[in-house]
Amino acid sequence: MKIIVNGNEVVLDKEVVVKELLDKQKVSMQQYVTVQVYDDIISRDDFEKIALKEGDSVEFLYFMGGGAQ
Amino acid sequence: MSFTNDQLERYSRHIILKEVGVKGQKKLLKSKVLIIGTGGLGAPAAMFLAAAGVGTIGLVDSDNVELSNLQRQIIHLTKDVGKPKVVSGQETINEMNPDVNVVTYQEWVSSANIIGIIKDQDYDFIIDGTDNFPAKFLINDACVLTEKPFSHAGIIRFHGQTMTYVPGQGPCYRCIFKNPPPPDAVPTCKQAGVLGVMGGIIGTIQATEAIKYVLGIGELLTGQLLTYDALDMDFRKIKLPLVKDCPVCGESAKIKELIDYEGAVCELKQN
Ligand SMILES: [Zn+2]
Repeated sequence: MKIIVNGNEVVLDKEVVVKELLDKQKVSMQQYVTVQVYDDIISRDDFEKIALKEGDSVEFLYFMGGGAQ
Repeated sequence: MSFTNDQLERYSRHIILKEVGVKGQKKLLKSKVLIIGTGGLGAPAAMFLAAAGVGTIGLVDSDNVELSNLQRQIIHLTKDVGKPKVVSGQETINEMNPDVNVVTYQEWVSSANIIGIIKDQDYDFIIDGTDNFPAKFLINDACVLTEKPFSHAGIIRFHGQTMTYVPGQGPCYRCIFKNPPPPDAVPTCKQAGVLGVMGGIIGTIQATEAIKYVLGIGELLTGQLLTYDALDMDFRKIKLPLVKDCPVCGESAKIKELIDYEGAVCELKQN
């Protein structure tokens, strides 16, 4: 099955939940990543519950500081 | 208000644009933009807004200029090391464009002062050029509560991102990011490093958004997060959802007062 992650196609051999996708994409510090699936911001409590479906569009959004200092 | 010959010449490349014109340039000269943080993001934003003839620019920063700032904070010069950043910024702007009135606030923003600073000149648009999450959430909440538009941005290593909030026209920063990460969880520029030009690119986009907002032209980054990866030279616009139950801008918002979150110790360092 294929899904889109941050604009890039990712091929998966089976259905995964959000947490498994984060692992597969080697995202570190997962507790600080915001995950958006289509028009929903996924609650961190649901990372292990929400399964991704064929064709889903997923965005990993990151905290970014920077600027002054 | 009519232009002097010098002003007609100074702003001629603006005035010739049909989207700006004499009318738009007058709007810019009457506009007031507050820049919180005169660092990597705020420095280039302030310089382009000054050059563009934004009539009032507020600068907020408690820090003094350090040698390690000069790799990216281009409003400050080598001779400015040790000076308060707001003073150094004011001097550079005054030399760039005598039309700009610079108002300085040599302090850190907190729940106690931010509303007063925003209301001090009744700023039209606010630029978040801060480096830490307590300040970013504070600016977001203050702008939502006072119904002011603002530009959020962050930069780290070779990455940058920015989004624009306009009341009633899309999600706020908290809609997407909920709460600040725990202190020390996310590295700052100081800990992780940042390519000097990142602030130039992202801060200049923030200035562009402020100018477009004042002129009322084009499409703003409302409801969209623009991300930039300098190594791949990749810009992406991510469409963001409207979050109905957002605690600050949602239909039954619970946050009515500003919150002072705890920051990482290094972020709160005061000179
Ligand atoms: Zn919101």
